[in-house]
Amino acid sequence: MTAIRIRGLRKAYPKIQAVAGIDLDIERGEVFALLGPNGAGKTTTVEILEGHRKRDDGTVSVLGEDPGSAGRAWRARIGMVLQTATDAAELSVRETVRHFARYYPRPRQPEEVIELCGLREKAGARVKGLSGGQRRRLDVALGIIGTPELLFLDEPTTGFDPEARRQFWSLIQKLAADGTTIVLTTHYLEEAEALADRVAVIAKGAVVAQGAPGELGGRSQREAVVRWFDRNGEQSVRTPTPTKLIGELSSGGGELAGLTVTRPSLEDVYLDLVGEAR
Amino acid sequence: MTTLALPSPLAIGLARGLTELKLFFRNKEQAIFTFAFPAGILAVIGSVFSQPYGDTGVESNQVLAASMVGAGIIATSFVNLSVSVALDREDGTLSRLRGTPMPAISYFIGKIILVLVASVAETVLILAVGVGMYDLDLPTAPGKWLTFAWVFVLSVVSCSLIGIFTASLAKSASSASAVANLPYVGLQFISGVYMNPITWLPTGMVTVASFFPIKWSAQGFRSVFLPDSMMKYEMAGTWELGKTSLVLGAWCVVGLVLCLMTFRWSNTRR
Repeated sequence: MTAIRIRGLRKAYPKIQAVAGIDLDIERGEVFALLGPNGAGKTTTVEILEGHRKRDDGTVSVLGEDPGSAGRAWRARIGMVLQTATDAAELSVRETVRHFARYYPRPRQPEEVIELCGLREKAGARVKGLSGGQRRRLDVALGIIGTPELLFLDEPTTGFDPEARRQFWSLIQKLAADGTTIVLTTHYLEEAEALADRVAVIAKGAVVAQGAPGELGGRSQREAVVRWFDRNGEQSVRTPTPTKLIGELSSGGGELAGLTVTRPSLEDVYLDLVGEAR
Repeated sequence: MTTLALPSPLAIGLARGLTELKLFFRNKEQAIFTFAFPAGILAVIGSVFSQPYGDTGVESNQVLAASMVGAGIIATSFVNLSVSVALDREDGTLSRLRGTPMPAISYFIGKIILVLVASVAETVLILAVGVGMYDLDLPTAPGKWLTFAWVFVLSVVSCSLIGIFTASLAKSASSASAVANLPYVGLQFISGVYMNPITWLPTGMVTVASFFPIKWSAQGFRSVFLPDSMMKYEMAGTWELGKTSLVLGAWCVVGLVLCLMTFRWSNTRR
């Protein structure tokens, strides 16, 4: 079943065509990542999907409704985690989560959400005293309190340290395992690779590639680099058939020291794609 | 898919009202500048300077106290909302709320509760200073309290609406504070709040002030808390209650229209 269907989406600002004809389908239960450089049109696209921004042209359906005209019942089925909010500074984490639970027809238990988001120790603390990572987890807590079928995350881990990012990823994976459809925008390619079932790369307002992170831009078909060590030092061979090469190298049954097989990283593919679009 | 009933706009509005009150009174700057400031001004000016009004038995600090009831609720409605709505827009409160099933009306119910509770508390505080420090007499006649009720409601409603409009004019929360406080303080001077009686002021100045709510609100509360012998110290020589209701009522209508024309959910272009 389709959660989001976009056809011919366009949006212009006075000086720039932010979205220049995007087509996308996102399935229910999928974790979908939108990648792209700053100003590529990711946030504009997500804001249109959330009903926060008007589109100039094209058709958009989110959970079967047009976000431009959908009402409260639709918003109760969707969670949104926006960029940069500093609200509710003087409330405690628990007060904030409980307050937002009252907006929804079937909210999650506030204490469970606080626990799930790793904020149990901060539940009684004022929001203004939270660190950036804790603040962002509270944003997610407020995004999921209503038991959404679809969750939008706009650059959720910007400014996180590596440990906080890993914790955040496991939270997203838990939500995905529960069947929540998740659409995230991110600058971090390893984040997209760790979380997303499929990614789309957006550049200059258009989709330049989409697919599973491992297959994006023909990544799985590209030549691999096989590296190992022998008496003469490090050896490196570029080959379309790495399995065959390793079979030949190890035919004597000997172990190959420091053996690695690498394909172009998602970052290599991404930079190619974005570079071509420039 | 089961469709469950959404919480009613009123229930969400009441929950928002409680949250708004927590945010208002926990924010020290707001609690001090908006809430305690008018009472503080009254306590300071009234105790360093006072003189009797002829044979009326009224002291000028009692006149100040009556006028400050009006000025105080304009702080808790107009100044409060100009700043808090602009802040809600700037800090992402409004954007976040827009992504939830909360209807817009619930947001405004929350603000109305905030303004009503803060304004009632402000009035009690000002009257406590007036009665405790300057022997201001609270009226016993029901008619006076009826006047109090409508002047209070019209002042709070008109100034709340103008406050929300002012928040829309301001580019940021800090500019909203300036955009609201400048006319607020200026109008108190030319409306005869700080300097009384109002008849001391140049006529041209009071004519300008007469276009705005503070002058009429303060005058309305003087009619409630001062004896009728004080009427001769008003510009018209009477309390002009009819005209007061007209001006404040007109600002309610104008304020509502301006709010509806200009309210927006965020600072960015849509």
